[in-house]
Amino acid sequence: MAQKMTKFKSIAMISSGLVIALAFLLNLIGANHSIDILLVVATVLTGIPIVYFALQALKFKYMSIDLLVSIAIIGAIVIGEYVESSVVGFLFLFGSFLEARTLARTRESIQSLMALAPDEAILLKDGQEVKVAVGDVALDDIVIVKAGGKVPVDGAIISGEAQLNEAMMTGESVPREKTTGEAVFSGTIVDEGYIKVQAKKVGEDTAFNQIIELVEEAQDQKSQTEKFLDRFSQYYTPGVVILSVIVYLMTQNLHLAITFLVIACPGALVIGAPVSNVSGIGNAAKNGVLLKGGDAVDRFKQATTFMFDKTGTLTKGEPAVTNVVSFIEADWLFEVAELERHSEHHLGRAIVDYAKKTHSLTDQHLDVTLIKGQGLCGFFDGQQYTIGNRRLMDAQSIEITSAVNKQIEAEEAEGKTVVIVAKEARVIGYLVINDVMREEAKTALAALKHNGARDLVMLTGDNEKTAQYVAKQLGITSVRAELQPKDKLEEIKQRQQKGEKVVMVGDGVNDAPALALSDIGIAMGLSGTDVAIETADVVVMNDRLDKLVHAYRLAKATVKNRTQNIAIALLTVFFLLLGVLNGTIHLASGMFVHEASVLIVILNGMRLIRYQPK
Amino acid sequence: MLETIKLNQLGCPSCVKKIESGVKQQDGVNSVEVLFNSSKVKVDFDEATVTRHDIEMVIEKLGYTIRG
Repeated sequence: MAQKMTKFKSIAMISSGLVIALAFLLNLIGANHSIDILLVVATVLTGIPIVYFALQALKFKYMSIDLLVSIAIIGAIVIGEYVESSVVGFLFLFGSFLEARTLARTRESIQSLMALAPDEAILLKDGQEVKVAVGDVALDDIVIVKAGGKVPVDGAIISGEAQLNEAMMTGESVPREKTTGEAVFSGTIVDEGYIKVQAKKVGEDTAFNQIIELVEEAQDQKSQTEKFLDRFSQYYTPGVVILSVIVYLMTQNLHLAITFLVIACPGALVIGAPVSNVSGIGNAAKNGVLLKGGDAVDRFKQATTFMFDKTGTLTKGEPAVTNVVSFIEADWLFEVAELERHSEHHLGRAIVDYAKKTHSLTDQHLDVTLIKGQGLCGFFDGQQYTIGNRRLMDAQSIEITSAVNKQIEAEEAEGKTVVIVAKEARVIGYLVINDVMREEAKTALAALKHNGARDLVMLTGDNEKTAQYVAKQLGITSVRAELQPKDKLEEIKQRQQKGEKVVMVGDGVNDAPALALSDIGIAMGLSGTDVAIETADVVVMNDRLDKLVHAYRLAKATVKNRTQNIAIALLTVFFLLLGVLNGTIHLASGMFVHEASVLIVILNGMRLIRYQPK
Repeated sequence: MLETIKLNQLGCPSCVKKIESGVKQQDGVNSVEVLFNSSKVKVDFDEATVTRHDIEMVIEKLGYTIRG
């Protein structure tokens, strides 16, 4: 029954529209006698679904907008206003039809993302290639992806190699070479090559589906304004009914009372805010930024202080050894690399990668103590090595001569990081490591300032000199260097106590606590941990600072758009009320203005879909 | 048991309240959340007292179509 009625809605809309048009034509040629009958027919046609759904809702003790319109239609029939009753019914159905159509378009950004989802897979079964739907691939199944094909699952390559275009995951359009053992993601495209992939995550569990899910749910996260409007509209409908009864009792004018009922429908007010959010968040998603809901948009818009983690955020996060200086004859790179193998630190990895080019490293386990924010101490062949920064040397009471110190400072003044190597408490040399700044960093930071960021702060565990150099190059306003992870939290707290709204931008690998503490946590890149992506309010999926700027501007534009929509809605109600009181607005025209205002706020919200990055 | 029911595109935000209060009044429904933009209903219910089918029927009665 209900399903049939839903279908009947559109039939009722079209047929009543035609009947009303016919009635007006008859009116024009002066054949007035059958007009009333036609208008009553049109009213009944539109009235059936509207009253039906109003009653259904009433069964669950809910007063819906359909109820207001039903009362108005019946009231108009009672007082013999057939034109009004039919037009109100028609406009209500036509308005909801247009609303649904335009609202669907606000979802187009996310739909264009979803269109990238793979839909079929080539399954390897008993040595045969079988084409199946993506949904039929099970865990640990082996699939084949050929040139031009989409990877249907998240998994690992078990044989073959390919150039993969991962633009949809990372925003990076240059294809990446991947081979046996490496991870591939659902939705990425094989440009060239042929790979066999074992499925590790299928269906709704793939990273691609998770992203879609996150964006969809983000669009439904309500802002404070919306939460307020929601509560408001709950009491609004019954409130309007009571008010119109009062109006009737006071004026004894049924026409005025039901007009009041129709124009006070809360349409534009309720739909205005969500429409802005959906469009804004959709736009961000299309640009590779996940804004987690209306509330996150609100807080992002208010942000004035941006704090950046240096490594991996302002720099490429791929530090490489550029120079090795030794004060002794013997080569110590092998020993140092063997010890650094035990470190997870990105500087340690840089040293290991560098050493691998000239030495073949082992996988033996050595006695190594890692010291956070300083370096490591360990034994190789019974001899003690101390490898790390100046603070580590101080802590271990290892003397650095002033000549060596000068050399180190010179390197640091150029933004490079120096790792000092000491053997048996004597400095034997150092390694120079350089992490290149991101090309877009400088312009992006300038753009943030231009768009309202007052303070750009760099937080880093790196040494003061290196930090100062990078900061100066990029236009950072203040630098806090040689920080431990817990010091970063302290910095954020201090700023917040001063009343600043703090944004923390990190690569998410070890920044999760800082992302959680800040007013807005921004994770750069999907390469970070799941925890970081979950705690962050904003995820810049493609890891690019210029997209962060776009998101910041978009947050401001979205809040502005939302405010405009609420203003439009309130002004409409205000002027309609005035019109009703001075008698210029009647039932049908009131309904028309009301529906028009709903469409205007939707169209206004849709402007955000086209909002361009500068 | 938490289940997600997907609906055809919801037309107006007031539908959200309508579905929410309708579903909530069913015996055995612990909580219900309607996501307007993604047109999904997340229901937490007690399987012993109410079925997914019952809940879907309520939603259809209120004038919305279930997708898929």
